[in-house]
Amino acid sequence: MSHPKAASQFLKDQANSLWHDETLWMVREKRDAISKTIPEWEELRNLASQIKDKVLSNLDVYLENFEANAQKNGIKVHWAKDAEEHNQIVLGILQEKNCQAIVKSKSILTEECHLNPYLEKNGVEVVDTDLGERIVQFLQQPPSHIVMPAIHLKKRDISALFHEKLQTEKGNEDPSYLTNAARLHLREKFLGSKVAITGVNFGVAETGEFVVCTNEGNADMGVHLADVHIACMGIEKIIPRRKDLGVFLRLLARSATGQPITNYNSHFRSPAKGKEIHLVLVDNGRSLQLAREKFRNSLKCIRCGACMNTCPIYRRSGGYSYGSTVPGPIGSILSPGLDMKKYSTLPFASTLCGSCSDVCPVKINIHEQLYEWRQEITKHHGEFGKGLSMKLASGIFKSPLAYKISGSTMRKAIKLLPKGLIYNPLNVWGKNRDLPEAPKESFQEWYKKNRG
Amino acid sequence: MSSRENILKAIRGIQRERKELPTLPDFKLEGDLVDLFIRAIQANKGEVMGEEEFNNWVSSCDFHSIISLSEPFQSLSTFELSEDPHNLNHLQLAIIQGQFGVAENGAIWLDDSQLPHRVLPFITEHLVIVLSKENLVDTLHQAYERIGEEHSGFGLFVAGPSKTADIEQSLVVGAHGAKSLRVVLM
Repeated sequence: MSHPKAASQFLKDQANSLWHDETLWMVREKRDAISKTIPEWEELRNLASQIKDKVLSNLDVYLENFEANAQKNGIKVHWAKDAEEHNQIVLGILQEKNCQAIVKSKSILTEECHLNPYLEKNGVEVVDTDLGERIVQFLQQPPSHIVMPAIHLKKRDISALFHEKLQTEKGNEDPSYLTNAARLHLREKFLGSKVAITGVNFGVAETGEFVVCTNEGNADMGVHLADVHIACMGIEKIIPRRKDLGVFLRLLARSATGQPITNYNSHFRSPAKGKEIHLVLVDNGRSLQLAREKFRNSLKCIRCGACMNTCPIYRRSGGYSYGSTVPGPIGSILSPGLDMKKYSTLPFASTLCGSCSDVCPVKINIHEQLYEWRQEITKHHGEFGKGLSMKLASGIFKSPLAYKISGSTMRKAIKLLPKGLIYNPLNVWGKNRDLPEAPKESFQEWYKKNRG
Repeated sequence: MSSRENILKAIRGIQRERKELPTLPDFKLEGDLVDLFIRAIQANKGEVMGEEEFNNWVSSCDFHSIISLSEPFQSLSTFELSEDPHNLNHLQLAIIQGQFGVAENGAIWLDDSQLPHRVLPFITEHLVIVLSKENLVDTLHQAYERIGEEHSGFGLFVAGPSKTADIEQSLVVGAHGAKSLRVVLM
């Protein structure tokens, strides 16, 4: 489904979409407030961007160092060229361990690889343990935001869902009550799992350690109780030095939710006695994106979600309207690299206002890349099959007569059109906009009268 | 060719400009570190208290399963550590000695030398970290400077109790891990 079409679905519930818009804006404001308490904020963004520049210019060497150091620490390192190989590697480890049920903390990469359905198809029960992710998993939905997976849902929805799945009291919508029910439910899962899967926020080349950040503590509850920890990591998550973590951890949570740091920041360097850590390094289109010079910087992303919270389109159209694992502005420059045809409408889901680039903690020029993708997509337009509006326009421009008639028809029509055409929930772009004032005559008519 | 070789070969084949790693400045804070640290912990929904206040709190709570790994409070322990971390499931209170704290964000560094089981600060119902006022640094930059080359299999910056805002952005403390964090600043 195209972005405008999917967005119109989201906007049908006007009260909900207004809440979504305002709530994400509140998160954006929290980010602004806390960033202003750090005098060196802009300098930190520059440093983070420069460190990532270095990483991307030297990625092969850093990956080799990272692997060698991780292996020295007793971590088993695997390499996957694509999603399929990643999923096979994970399943292989589970089968070797005779494991049929796992717990998993938040990992956008495993969403990107569609690991859950793959494992489930192969008889493995997967339990997402981040509260928001567990909620959307119960609903068989993907996350709608990379930091706040269930931001599209209201507490009444979650109350009804937990009543059905966790036997909570009907109609009890108290977030503390509902969270406690999930705590008890997931505690059982943590205690019973032999294998736990996590994502990776940062992998440090010089030490071979990797860092996982959560507020709930769910990643750690899973891995420290399990015998085997599988960490899934995109190859771009490398940073060179341990001290670079100082820069990135200062930026990450402040940009994501406006808090100074996540409450748990775990550094995994070697397995505890008698346990195993497996690390899967995944390419899945990243080396291709690295080769695209104009889009290379998109690989600097640390998945904070700030660009989503600030984006006027994301806030008003919801995460699902993008139809991609990573939604919002950053998703709209990453996804076309994976499948330009499928995601061809995403770079157009932007006003190019540049707010995404302004808040990005690693200074990705997101709005410029959106513009660049539009050029790429327009070049390939014929291959994708033209949209109705393009067909219509090209038909009109081909015939001078049709052009004249359509012009005068539109000038009359605009005057007669009801405002409801714009102020209706089906028109994504019409919110808070007005129809233009139609000129009385066309330029041709004016020219004939005055200069002809 | 293995996927490893394929990926590395693909990356090596890409023309890239050489870039240099920046030198990191030693950013510091303005103000009193103790004061800033206390405010940071409070913002993260934790509490900071002195020894006396802590003693009063513990005796008012009537806990029956406590593990204390902090020298000054060793006598509070009621629970023998066993091999299997699953036995910690009903632990009510863990008292751990923190290595140092970070004033800008309240993060406290723990590693394998403080954690006989890595799951301890997560699985316990309530967490207390004992920290010396002397052991505060300004920002994460000084924190990583201090950790330096130290080698531990696991290291953790813990900055507050387990929390979530996944239900309509309402903050709830006590998601999966410890329901409270108290820092005893000595």
